[in-house]
Amino acid sequence: MATPTLDKTDKAEAGFADSPFITATFRIRRFNPEVSDEVQWQDFQIEIDPKERVLDALHKIKWELDGTLTFRRSCAHGICGSDAMRINGKNRLACKTLIKDINPDKPITVEAIKGLTVLKDLVVDMDPFFQAYHDVMPFLITKGNEPTRERLQSAEDRERFDDTTKCILCAACTSSCPVFWNDGQYFGPAAIVNAHRFIFDSRDEGGEQRLEILNDRDGVWRCRTTFNCTDACPRGIEVTKAIQEVKRALITRRF
Amino acid sequence: MSSETSSAAAIGDVEGVSLYDVDHPAPVIEPPRKRTGKTPKGSRTNFEMYAWLFMRLSGIVLVVLVLGHLLIQLVLDGGVSKIGFAFVAGRWASPFWQAWDLIMLWLAMLHGGNGLRTVINDYAERDNTRFWLKMLLYTATVFTVLLGTLVIFTFDPNIR
Repeated sequence: MATPTLDKTDKAEAGFADSPFITATFRIRRFNPEVSDEVQWQDFQIEIDPKERVLDALHKIKWELDGTLTFRRSCAHGICGSDAMRINGKNRLACKTLIKDINPDKPITVEAIKGLTVLKDLVVDMDPFFQAYHDVMPFLITKGNEPTRERLQSAEDRERFDDTTKCILCAACTSSCPVFWNDGQYFGPAAIVNAHRFIFDSRDEGGEQRLEILNDRDGVWRCRTTFNCTDACPRGIEVTKAIQEVKRALITRRF
Repeated sequence: MSSETSSAAAIGDVEGVSLYDVDHPAPVIEPPRKRTGKTPKGSRTNFEMYAWLFMRLSGIVLVVLVLGHLLIQLVLDGGVSKIGFAFVAGRWASPFWQAWDLIMLWLAMLHGGNGLRTVINDYAERDNTRFWLKMLLYTATVFTVLLGTLVIFTFDPNIR
């Protein structure tokens, strides 16, 4: 009695297994200064397995449909931080975003991250971002003579700043920050996260200098705790919490 | 397998002639302000921190003062219809209400003024615009605070 139903299900499943591909539309924001000063949204329809990533789709478009599509990617596995882009209105890494997770039934919009100069298609000028990173002195600062053995640290002391060591400098947080959009002179979440990584490191002695830098007009006090950065971080860093911890350190240092 | 709704070659073609090419690229749109090596370093003062703390602390006090004020003026004892010269004169006869109104005036004006300063800092694109908007804001704030303080301290119920 149940046989016909089973047969049907089997056939349907077999048919599905034959082709895991779906047709997805990628709506990409194109800008090529060598052709035009106009920005244009261009649609690409491709057959792709929804279990693939957005980066695979971009590769497919670049390699098979339009070689002029320009984007950054290096490792393609969520470590180098090159391919942060705005996918369906949210900053994400193209190499960590599966197509099935972002509703491929509708066109998937892909554009460059905001707040930085678009140079071509999805490539932006990262200089202001790295300038802010540079300005918080993201390196070990110590006084006195160098020890003859390594600088030891307890597990608890290491745990204190563990979250902020995960940053890959992809700029997803900074370019999702509305304060940064309005005023690019704000240090931005990424620079503050990387300052936090050293301020709370027991081996480092430059914390006071970094706090002084972040106490500035463009420092942590411009943060409005909108949590856009925490939402955007592909590494799951609690960015807003790190910024609040720097604020608290500044206040407890003064009072 | 693929269908493109628009072709890349069509971008920027004005009647078949493109204004831009490899040697003459179009200008890119830069953000109005960005961080460069020449961005001035900090002023080394704690002003921004005190401003931030002031917003939090004055906010807490203002919740009590403003909600209390609205309740007394608009809801209790006949509501808004009772407010007149006599009502104000009666209230300001007491140093308690004088102090309440004075503190509320100062905190609300400085709180709002600092909030608007933040908004201007965020949204004004040109340095000149920012400077003059802030001057206008400071003038209005100082004028209102001084005028209100003057009225509270020199109020004469027998004026006619």
